Amino acid sequence: MVESSPLPAIAVAVPLLGTALVAALGSKPNVREGVSIALALATLGLVASMLPGATDGRVASATLLELAPGINVALRADAAGMLFATLASFLWVLTSVYSIGYMRGLEEQKQSRFYAAFALSVGAALGVALAANLLTFVLFYELLTLFTYPLVIHRESNEAIRAGRKYLLYTLGGGLALIGGTAWLALLGIDTTFSEGGVLGSLAGRDGTVWALFVLLAGGVVVKAAVMPLHSWLPAAMVAPTPVSALLHAVAVVKAGVFGVVRVLIFVFGVDLLRDTGAWQVLAIGAAATVILASLLALRHDNLKRRLAYSTVSHLSYIVLGVSLLGPLALTGALLHLIGHGVTKITLFFCAGAIHVRTHRISVSELDGIGKQMPVTMGAFALASLSMAGIPPFILFASKWYLGAGAVDASATPFLFVYIVSGVLSAGYLFPVVARAFWRSSPSFTWSGWSGEASLKMVVPLAVTGLLGLIWGIAPNVPFSFLSLAAQAANGIGGGA
Amino acid sequence: MAAQLPALIPVPLLVLSIIAPVVGMWRQALAFWLAAATIAFSTAMSGWALAHVIAHGPMTYKLGGWEPPIGIEYVLDHVAAFVSLIVMGVALAVVVATRRMAEQEMRGRLGLYYSLVLLLLAGLTGMVVTADLFNLFVFLEISSLAGYALVFLGGRKGMLAGYRYLILGTLGGAFYLLGVAFLYFATGTLNMADTLAVLSASEAATPVGAGAVFIFIGLGLKMALVPLHLWLPDAYTFAPSSVNTLIAPIMTKVGAYAMLRMFLSVFPDGYLIDEVPIGQALVVLGAIGVVFGAAAAFRQPDIRRLLAYSSVSQLAFIAIGIGLATPLGFVAALLHIMNHALMKGTLFLAVMAVRLQTGVSEVPALAGLGRRLPITAAAFTVGAIAMVGVPPTAGFFSKWYLSIAAVEQGLWVILAVVLISSLLSAAYLFRVLERAYLAQLPAAAASAHDGQEGEVRRSRLPLFGATWEPKVDVLLPLVLLAAATVVLGVLNVAVVRHVLEPGT
Repeated sequence: MVESSPLPAIAVAVPLLGTALVAALGSKPNVREGVSIALALATLGLVASMLPGATDGRVASATLLELAPGINVALRADAAGMLFATLASFLWVLTSVYSIGYMRGLEEQKQSRFYAAFALSVGAALGVALAANLLTFVLFYELLTLFTYPLVIHRESNEAIRAGRKYLLYTLGGGLALIGGTAWLALLGIDTTFSEGGVLGSLAGRDGTVWALFVLLAGGVVVKAAVMPLHSWLPAAMVAPTPVSALLHAVAVVKAGVFGVVRVLIFVFGVDLLRDTGAWQVLAIGAAATVILASLLALRHDNLKRRLAYSTVSHLSYIVLGVSLLGPLALTGALLHLIGHGVTKITLFFCAGAIHVRTHRISVSELDGIGKQMPVTMGAFALASLSMAGIPPFILFASKWYLGAGAVDASATPFLFVYIVSGVLSAGYLFPVVARAFWRSSPSFTWSGWSGEASLKMVVPLAVTGLLGLIWGIAPNVPFSFLSLAAQAANGIGGGA
Repeated sequence: MAAQLPALIPVPLLVLSIIAPVVGMWRQALAFWLAAATIAFSTAMSGWALAHVIAHGPMTYKLGGWEPPIGIEYVLDHVAAFVSLIVMGVALAVVVATRRMAEQEMRGRLGLYYSLVLLLLAGLTGMVVTADLFNLFVFLEISSLAGYALVFLGGRKGMLAGYRYLILGTLGGAFYLLGVAFLYFATGTLNMADTLAVLSASEAATPVGAGAVFIFIGLGLKMALVPLHLWLPDAYTFAPSSVNTLIAPIMTKVGAYAMLRMFLSVFPDGYLIDEVPIGQALVVLGAIGVVFGAAAAFRQPDIRRLLAYSSVSQLAFIAIGIGLATPLGFVAALLHIMNHALMKGTLFLAVMAVRLQTGVSEVPALAGLGRRLPITAAAFTVGAIAMVGVPPTAGFFSKWYLSIAAVEQGLWVILAVVLISSLLSAAYLFRVLERAYLAQLPAAAASAHDGQEGEVRRSRLPLFGATWEPKVDVLLPLVLLAAATVVLGVLNVAVVRHVLEPGT
């Protein structure tokens, strides 16, 4: 049931328009950051206010203006979209607080630009989440690329500029493929308003067309989802400040990519069409290979953020694989993994950033004994590592359970082993960090009271997200009803096994 | 008065172009005000004409009351009114914004300069409204001659560039005239509608085909279609800043418009595809031009030259739309005529502003200017993003329509070219943006800038404090043009539905 409401539009507009305020207050850092947090809270409030409707199946929807003949900019708060929107706006609040500690701790330059671009990026991500049709999705998807670019090149070093070029090349290229596919659908006269059974039913039997569209559309979104071999922009973008990495990896960018995979595969192509053509297998195999390969690469990297980046590449493909299995169980798992990975990976990045601010260390091999000096940070890191490895009762165990069950359900048992093996590999690249931190000792780290930790503005957010990985594993519906939303989004997709 | 509208657009420009130098001899400064007022009047007339056409349909005007096909006929249909409004609107913004640049560059010759500007615009708008093939040639030559003279005003290098421009431009005019002569032999008429009627009724004949080819070459030169673009980069680079800012956004666009007219109003539907493969040639050369122009732009150290090659690329884009010869293709081409005029106007005006304030135009010298000229740089950024074609800027939608038009014809290569051209545009434009925003101003920045042609002018702006920004007479037109690329992008459906679809 769809009901007209301005709420989705307001939720997207608040961060986008609020940016002007953030930028204008550049000369008053305290006020500027206060406004940033206020914007984040207001956005979260707006998104949360749509949650009860989404769980009851009352979908708030807003149609804004006609963008191309017959195609409107339209926003809609359905279950899948709300899942991503809630995650993004919730993590934005925590990231805002964390950023203040981080940016001040390192005395970063151009903080106004940072906060302004951050707000714009989140606004664009919310637009991606709540887009009701493919063109609206593309619009915000491209804006997201543009708005995150200033963040990627924030340091303005040569390395950052190179990373920025790579980022633009990959993501704009992906966006173009997406635009091409969308234009083609417009020509075919297909209304691309996202629908649970897909909208391309009329193309059944025209395999060539379906495959070409699949290459354009799925190809366009998997770039941001960093599926190999289109992943290399993500590790490169690690040169950006840590809150930006958090934004890229957890809040907005790659999540917009995997969410795009959900939208394109399930809500545009539809389960039946992809099953008939077998297009899903290509993506599933590519994603499975990425899961394993990226985990192996993560093992090799000593730079902590780079290791985390490859871990992200791997875990994103968990989600892509889950979506391409085309079953309700796997999709529930994929959506839950989107949430779980968001909150878990942001913890890891928050920790990496806190370590960097406090000790200026960036390599895993430099972290022997750091648990003594920064017990809370490393404790949160340990919690997140357990979650990443899929240990019960953490949230990523729950999601992996659904994903594995989905693989069996889809009679694709080999993929179950992919999930199992990569769980072991995740433990393999994260546990040594924890072990070094707590069980080795080094003269440079001793307990020196709270002053050994980074500032509270950083420690509190990372402790919160670290604990949430555990809490949501036990009670995934508190307070945002994530599991209900995921199940609701997944159960409508039709097909079944 | 509405009935006279087709004449009210070009004629005042023509008349005032004779009065302006006389006034200029008496009071230099008055020439500008006279020119600006005339251009504003013609812009208003264009706007009124567009509204009138949308409400009441196309209107015709018989020059001197002579009935066509003997007399010369002016026709204002949707497309003509649309293009005329774009040309005049952008010209108005540019002429107002380049006032001080012109004073600096045209010392003592302001009367002549504004006379030429008016003559150029009279020629261009004349080309837009005329419905007579020979009259089109006359206006084409008027605008071209004014164009050569304007480029010549750029000193020694301008002389050389202008000379090349003159040779190739005259050749283009000659080819066009030759083509029209061939057509005239075959049809016995010069009126467009009449030609269309005669050609529709008769069998395809060799002279007509030959005429079409000559016209195509002539107009191809005027719209700088690869490989006939050779005059353009030098002309844009070495012309005075006030001149290239004016001619870059609008002049080649009118050449493209004339090409489109041949498809719409002169040759029967499908003739330029089936009988003479001109449509195909436009598509192929366009595809090559899009990629070539963008690749060449990437390597240019001078930003004006970079933008000139970018124009070659973008005009090739328009050529593809025309060459597809489908309603969607025409819509794409016309939309891109508008978008490119706005985007290039924004970009060239921003470059002009930088030159006016600091005297530099080389890409490396732009280092750090993003912070010194925040508003100008922001406008340039908007123009650049529109060129790349990021939604919801105007540039996205011409790509959108051209993509659809290409897919409709099953031309996958063209779809790929359209998409790849975006990436190429991003490559050369972000190079400039990186330089402007990310590179540090050299240590001896201010003095280094002072050492060059002009010296840095400083000004204070509310909110921004001390900057190197120009005054509001430059900033306002610049900001308006930049805003238009976004606003018209968002409102593209209205433009397409009310103006372009009825017109094609």
